[in-house]
Amino acid sequence: MCRVVDLQQAVLAKNDDCAEQLRADLAARGTAVVNLLSSPGSGKTALLELELALAARRGVPVAALTADLATENDAVRLARSGVPVKQVLTDGLCHLEARMLGGHLDGWLPADTRLLFVENVGNLVCPASYDLGESLRVVLASVTEGEDKPVKYPTAFGLANLVVVTKTDIAGAVGFDEAAFRRHVQQVNPGVEVVLTSARSGAGVGALLDRALAAADGAPVHSPVMAGRQPDRHHHGDHDHDHTHSHDHPAAHTHADVAAVPGR
Amino acid sequence: MHEMSIATAVVDQVAEAARAAGATTVTSVRLLVGELAGVVPDSLAFCFELACAGTVLAGAELVPVPVPGRARCGPCAREWAVGMPPDLCCPLCGTAADELVSGRELQIAGVRWHDGPAQAPTCERIHEES
Repeated sequence: MCRVVDLQQAVLAKNDDCAEQLRADLAARGTAVVNLLSSPGSGKTALLELELALAARRGVPVAALTADLATENDAVRLARSGVPVKQVLTDGLCHLEARMLGGHLDGWLPADTRLLFVENVGNLVCPASYDLGESLRVVLASVTEGEDKPVKYPTAFGLANLVVVTKTDIAGAVGFDEAAFRRHVQQVNPGVEVVLTSARSGAGVGALLDRALAAADGAPVHSPVMAGRQPDRHHHGDHDHDHTHSHDHPAAHTHADVAAVPGR
Repeated sequence: MHEMSIATAVVDQVAEAARAAGATTVTSVRLLVGELAGVVPDSLAFCFELACAGTVLAGAELVPVPVPGRARCGPCAREWAVGMPPDLCCPLCGTAADELVSGRELQIAGVRWHDGPAQAPTCERIHEES
């Protein structure tokens, strides 16, 4: 018999469930994840090198996991800070998923880690869709990338808890229009904080660590409009579908959860 | 290009539901794709065809249903189409939207399948709660 079955399952439900579990497991051991997203070449690694070194000097137990398609160059750079670092090679995959991250942490992440910085694959499209169980999602953009980057990549910037501008030491040379950048950020993510940094001059360095520690300590983080109603998150993860049954009112049936926002 | 990951997730979930229901062939999958979901429907259709091969969904059609992005302003008690790129500040009062009402869906909706021997094409519409 031919049937039309209304499944109503969020496609990313498995990743979201996995991310939720990872967040809970890590929280239980006192670890918070910071997910760093940006385009390639924005200066994620340079800023992270300084933030990790600062954490080490302050005695804050941090670790970093960096994902790239190839090479261990970033891990070598980050490891100079002296904190535990792991390189993940994605073999061409453009983003990390929660299950992959969880697998890489098993047997590696030191038990006392307070903050785990995850340097996602350099890409502003795909990583935006995948919750990694983070407590803080940070999107970075350098002053050379154009003030309209936030509206060109609305999902990435729209879901950020914090936006970081990098390479501000050359802002004048490249004619970076800070007001326009901020306006574009506010358009897609009203209310999100924008932090200006320069790994070269040291300006703004430490802000990322401070915001991450605050989030790890349970301070409220910015809740992006685009992230939607968080209580619906679990609802979508509930994909127990063993109870097929017929309805007498096929056309009139509506689903309270259709409009809800899956995932983050 | 994460459409392959998305396509694989769709196929896995539908195949699992089909297996549980004893369905033998899945012929179409309706997928709600929000304007802000970050997925390219053409690319997804291409990946879907590949992901279906060798499964109970082999040859199934993907029917994307676009869902426009809409946001709601609390003080003005109104909704607006956010557009692309989206504007999540109220066009009337300029304050941040209270919520995004729709636009990030990536949701499997109706699935058409056959269970048991093929019969006359009378389709019974049933609903399965999640």
